Amino acid sequence: MQSTAVITPSTLSVVDLPWQIEWNKDTCTLCGRCTSVCPVNAIELGVFRKRTVEATIALQKKPTNSYSIYYGIRQRTDPAYRCIGCGMCNMVCPNNAIAPRLRPEATTLKFHNNRGGSARTRGGRRNDTGSLLDQIKFIRISMLTDPALDAGRHEFELRTLLGRIQPPEEGLAALRDNAWVPAVREIYPLMIGSMSFGALSPNMWEGLVMGVTYLNEELHMPVRMCTGEGGCPPRLLRSRFLKYMVLQIASGYFGWDEIIKALPDMKEDPCAIEIKYGQGAKPGDGGLLMWYKVNKLIAAIRGVPQGVSLPSPPTHQTKYSIEEAVAKMIQSMSMAWGFRVPVYPKISGTTSSTAVLNNLVRNPYAAGLAIDGEDGGTGAAYNVSMNHMGHPIATNLRDCYENLCIAGKQNEIPLIAGGGIGKNGNLAANAAALIMLGASAVQSGKYIMQAAAGCLGSEHDRCNVCNIGVCPKGITSQDPRVYRRLDPELVAERLVDVFLSFDTELRKIVAPLGRSTSLPIGMSDALGIGDYHAAERLKIKYVV
Amino acid sequence: MCRLFALSSRDPVSPMRAIEALNVMKEGHDGSGVGLFLHDLGGPFGDMKGAPILSGIFTDEGLKRLDAFMDERGFVTKATLVLDPKTPTPVGTPVRGTYMARAYEIPADLKAASKAEREMTYMSIRVTLRLLGEERDDIRVFSFWPDTIMVKEVGDPMTVAEYLGLDRPELYARRILSQGRQNTNYAINLYACHPFFLQGVCTMTNGENTAFIPIKEYLLSRGFKGYMGYQSDSEVFAHIMHFTRNRLGLGVEYYKHVITPLSDAEMEGHPDRAMLARIKQTCRKLIIDGPNCVIGCLPEGDMFMVHDRKKLRPGVVGGHDGIFAFSSEICGLDAAIPDRDPHTDVQPMHLDTVIVRPECQEVTVCNQLQSLPRPH
Repeated sequence: MQSTAVITPSTLSVVDLPWQIEWNKDTCTLCGRCTSVCPVNAIELGVFRKRTVEATIALQKKPTNSYSIYYGIRQRTDPAYRCIGCGMCNMVCPNNAIAPRLRPEATTLKFHNNRGGSARTRGGRRNDTGSLLDQIKFIRISMLTDPALDAGRHEFELRTLLGRIQPPEEGLAALRDNAWVPAVREIYPLMIGSMSFGALSPNMWEGLVMGVTYLNEELHMPVRMCTGEGGCPPRLLRSRFLKYMVLQIASGYFGWDEIIKALPDMKEDPCAIEIKYGQGAKPGDGGLLMWYKVNKLIAAIRGVPQGVSLPSPPTHQTKYSIEEAVAKMIQSMSMAWGFRVPVYPKISGTTSSTAVLNNLVRNPYAAGLAIDGEDGGTGAAYNVSMNHMGHPIATNLRDCYENLCIAGKQNEIPLIAGGGIGKNGNLAANAAALIMLGASAVQSGKYIMQAAAGCLGSEHDRCNVCNIGVCPKGITSQDPRVYRRLDPELVAERLVDVFLSFDTELRKIVAPLGRSTSLPIGMSDALGIGDYHAAERLKIKYVV
Repeated sequence: MCRLFALSSRDPVSPMRAIEALNVMKEGHDGSGVGLFLHDLGGPFGDMKGAPILSGIFTDEGLKRLDAFMDERGFVTKATLVLDPKTPTPVGTPVRGTYMARAYEIPADLKAASKAEREMTYMSIRVTLRLLGEERDDIRVFSFWPDTIMVKEVGDPMTVAEYLGLDRPELYARRILSQGRQNTNYAINLYACHPFFLQGVCTMTNGENTAFIPIKEYLLSRGFKGYMGYQSDSEVFAHIMHFTRNRLGLGVEYYKHVITPLSDAEMEGHPDRAMLARIKQTCRKLIIDGPNCVIGCLPEGDMFMVHDRKKLRPGVVGGHDGIFAFSSEICGLDAAIPDRDPHTDVQPMHLDTVIVRPECQEVTVCNQLQSLPRPH
């Protein structure tokens, strides 16, 4: 720092920042690509003055100084321009001369990211690498006493049902009497979680929809994707591909003008309607699309002016009590599609989720319950909400499934679990663990962004700028100069890769357990964990 | 892996015929336990078709408690068969008490009640007695049903049969299910021994039931008192059959559609597609995943065999007019019915349900791809 600069409480040095730029003068070509690509302008051209002392041996002559100047990269230390560790500088550097390095011991910034009294907001995740799901092992191997199944050769039926399933007696009676039967969809148990058109760039959305379509139409995998709160592009609403989409309605009702207008022209019913009451990453907060991202297209689809922030209210305005609101909304949404489409609520993980569930059990139109745990991701939220609010998914799901078993409704209301599945890359293992704890299906958003589009986020507070529209990969940006980096065709290809490899891994898990004829929902005897208290709580085996 | 053997005969036969068949298949079981289900009895019990027979093992104290219990409910003893040990207690077989089958005269009000009410009472009494006995370990009851006797014990089937002297006319029966166990420890709860019985439905299974826990949880939550026990993962096969018949009113041909439904592609052209799709959806929690071979007997005397979806456990059915046998291995069949034509033996495939009706005239094979009889 300059000798004349003032030291304020928030004056930081590079060593106070968690992400520090390492730059090599010898290999740098001064091409400037790193400074132009940096999404947060954390680095800039540095002009450095260098003094060299020239002293002769035995001081035969008086020492002299020489001064030179060299150019290079300077990391800014203003918290507003801190390095986010995305590493785009390294990606574009021809000589590998620059890279951010994480210094976990540098914590000073944490105390200064609320300047102007604004608490930190960001996108991303909880920034906690711990995962209970990763600790769960599949221990009931049937190979020892019986022939194991062959994951590569045997027939596997790994689909699940989304929708209200009647008890056998009622279901058969309804068939006999030709009575109304709730809509039930047979789908793939891994769903793409709700990420809105708006939170995601058009290229990302297009890539996901193309991938989902390919999986359905060419590979016959009934993969479904939830729109999130932000509506659906009008052409998609009027296309036959709508059947692969779960339309979400949330407290801001964004996009629903367009959906209602499109109703008469719909060629197909959507797969389902998800009513979002809560989100695991930020319980108590509504959706939030910051003004940076509200461009002309987004504004048109959502029916709002351009360039304004769109915070959804934390609650549905019609809500007096959860019971009443859920029942009314399920009824209204069901009616809009003539009771041909499953309608289910999504809530954030909470100790009161069983109360919501018990209410749904008594509502014959409720098609399921999606529960989103604390490890879910979000495009924008307060740091404190993301880090400290919410309920882990494993116990919440387990409690709900056990509740269903007591009511005898475990086949009738599917539970969809989300929040932290594959957070450390173990997508199939985490999904299988949740299914065996009682989930009929799982939802994942973050893993899909990371694997299909190359999202750079990690559990070490890397990147996390989804909220301000500068996503260096173009995944969550609405700026065409940025999102043109993302090729939708390649996103679609990667999405297909993800689902095919997931399918193989899921078979590799269920085959040794002797399961292939149906998805092993609630097969808790297959699970073990080396944490005694977790085992007791989840009612699975304690193994060491 | 356990070995199974069942006989369906027009004339009563000795249970030893089944035990001998198990003995022939000894390579496949380790002689650690035996279970017998005898139905449609010959001998003296055959003359009291309507009288419920209680089968079980009782200590002296247990017998006293049983008598008090049955007296209180107005049941009067009509005939008693005690299986007195004929040999010293075999090594590994615990001394438990009196092996007994006792037929009862039912109280007048029960006689006047409907058949369904009577059947519910029989089941309820058996379950209550079982729970009563578990408190003090003095009463073990396996069945309480007209024209039915059950025996279960730990040990080699042939040794136990000789010990209990099973070759006696009172035990001659037209329908016999027997199982030789594998991997049974001596401290096993006898309620974990096959065959399993519920209101006239009886099945036995070999193999492992990998979907046991979800199925068990589902049955336990049906609110039916008889869906209990589950010391063995195979007990659910009997209860699923009971659920299919008694709760859904579907015949034996539907059982396999409940436990191993057709794939969507196979169902596509099926004449009963709507019905089958509904069964697959609503009974999804009852889908088994094998590897299993299930042999069972229904109250009307139909005997059947089914496999898991991939036919990972073998089974064979053969015989001639008048007598048919269901066996894990052909050698068992050869031992029990040597004079049959082996070319007519049926080895059921993965979609088949094999049924022998009580008339014992032929083996009927129902393939899941065929159309089904209307539910009654």
